[in-house]
Amino acid sequence: MPMPHLTRMPSFKAFFAILLCVAPVATIAVAMPPNPENVTAVDKPGDAGATVLLRWTVPADAGATNARVEQRVTRDGASVAEEWTLVEVVAADAGSGDGFAITDLPPDSASSGSSLPIAFRVALIGSDGEISPFVESSPVVARRNWFMTSRLNLLIVLSIVCGAVVLWILLARAGRSVKIRRIAALEAIDEAVGRATEMGRSVLFVPGIQDMNDIQTVAGVTVLGHVAKTAAEYDAVLEVPTSRSLVMTAARETVQAAHFAAGRPETYDAGRINYITDEQFGYVAYVTGKMVREKPAACFYMGAFYAESLLFAENGNSIGAIQIAGTAEPSQLPFFVAACDYTLIGEEFFAASAYLSGERDQLGSIKGQDLGKFLTGAAIIIGSLLATAASLAPSGSFASASAAYQAFFGG
Amino acid sequence: MLRRTIPIIILSATGTMLVVAYFSPFTLSWGETVLDWFNILAAVAFVLGAGNLLAVNLEKVSSRKAGWAYAAITLLSFAAMFIFGIFKVGAVPNPSAPDVHLAGAYEGLPSAFGWMYEYVLSPLTATMFAMLAFYVASAAFRAFRAKNVEAILLLGTAFIILLGRTAAATLLTGWIPVDSAFAVLRLDNVTTAVTEHVSTAGMRAITIGIALGVAATSLRLLLGIDRSYLSKG
Repeated sequence: MPMPHLTRMPSFKAFFAILLCVAPVATIAVAMPPNPENVTAVDKPGDAGATVLLRWTVPADAGATNARVEQRVTRDGASVAEEWTLVEVVAADAGSGDGFAITDLPPDSASSGSSLPIAFRVALIGSDGEISPFVESSPVVARRNWFMTSRLNLLIVLSIVCGAVVLWILLARAGRSVKIRRIAALEAIDEAVGRATEMGRSVLFVPGIQDMNDIQTVAGVTVLGHVAKTAAEYDAVLEVPTSRSLVMTAARETVQAAHFAAGRPETYDAGRINYITDEQFGYVAYVTGKMVREKPAACFYMGAFYAESLLFAENGNSIGAIQIAGTAEPSQLPFFVAACDYTLIGEEFFAASAYLSGERDQLGSIKGQDLGKFLTGAAIIIGSLLATAASLAPSGSFASASAAYQAFFGG
Repeated sequence: MLRRTIPIIILSATGTMLVVAYFSPFTLSWGETVLDWFNILAAVAFVLGAGNLLAVNLEKVSSRKAGWAYAAITLLSFAAMFIFGIFKVGAVPNPSAPDVHLAGAYEGLPSAFGWMYEYVLSPLTATMFAMLAFYVASAAFRAFRAKNVEAILLLGTAFIILLGRTAAATLLTGWIPVDSAFAVLRLDNVTTAVTEHVSTAGMRAITIGIALGVAATSLRLLLGIDRSYLSKG
């Protein structure tokens, strides 16, 4: 007996017809996620006007895995841009809490002083890729604020450090005793220049390879003033090759002032302070060549140095010069320490000008700097203790205190 | 008086403006404007620098001082690069204006300026930089002489780091299992521990000191307490 074909059976036809009617509805109900709710866009307060916070909520049991965020610039309620542009596809719950921070704003809305509103829209995406209808936010303007709140911690720390410096300057002016430890490298300046004078050789001063907008160059030029004054008093020849034109101009002013201060303006020779080249290794070639040919008896390296630090210092060492270096480049300090007779390490370099001046105001500022160092040390110890306590009791109050402490200092 | 007072006023005003601009986005453009002023000043000073370079070398050549031939080479090179750059010798035509010779880019091959940069300056620069390796060796040889306790510590640390950074680390201590309790004794692990913990701690201490020094120095300059960089005239 032959088997009847399934589709010819009346009951199966009825079932198939019902299935055809229900299937599309069932598919939509299962795959398409619901619309996101409460879509709001707000300007991030206390920033440079380059961030908007977009918030939305995902309905319960929505089954959405991602959310598609789009934006366009509007003006007077109408769209400026033709098309919505994709910002990002993010996790569905990215709009909860503080919201999703959008920093990739349209260029004409994030430009300086712009007041163009930006509209955003969000759609939820299901696990099978089906996307819900978009829900649009009301337009928002990303405004620049007067104060960047993310830098409040730095402002507080800076105020404390600067306050300590100013306090000690005022105390020094009021007659408070200011005792600064002896810095061997600075005490050796007179010895080095004196040695060059006795040997009848020149003194070489290298003010680094950066321009006058680098604080290290400024610090180097202030030390140059003292070296030039000593050289003028001893009648020693001071050579200052520079790698920046502006440094040459500043160095000439400083050396001239030093000769005036030494009471010997007639010995000032601008021709000994020259511009060589901005090119790093071209400058190195000139200075090291000069060292080998003229064999200066004393070499000073004060400023910002990079790969050339060891080239200078080793050449100076090979000609038997007494060498004094000072820089705030941590990576170059080991080279100077290895090859020079004396090295001003970091803060000593910046303290040099105040130390050499001997003025109460300036010495007071070094004491203020020391107070800042003490406070920094105390902050590190407190942070270490809190972090240790937090690791021992991860859910206690120490943990939250440690987290807040790290958040304040940007950790 | 004016030569000292006016520069201090300018320095204090611009310095304060830059500090404010760091904390206030609204004044960010002020800081950028101040930096533009600096660039203009530096450009003007560059003319002074170039003039000084020419004057010094011309004087050397004309008076036949020792090494005057080097001064002549400097002058020739200066003139050649100046002409190659200004007249864009051999520059690639600009696609938007192929008939206008001066619209092309002066740098990059096959322009004469680019050729000189690529095949003359760059090899010379690389040669100078390569010499650093020999200077490091000679400086290390001197620094690592075990003359006192500190130098012995330095030598020992350097020895471990040198071994740890080479194949010797694997040859000497590679047999210690990575997951054993003695894995910390592997030279590569010791090297990592020294550089990441001991060295970093020291560097951070120096960096904190530098930051405080920068703040104090800047404050002295802004308040006009430190005037040693100014002329007495």
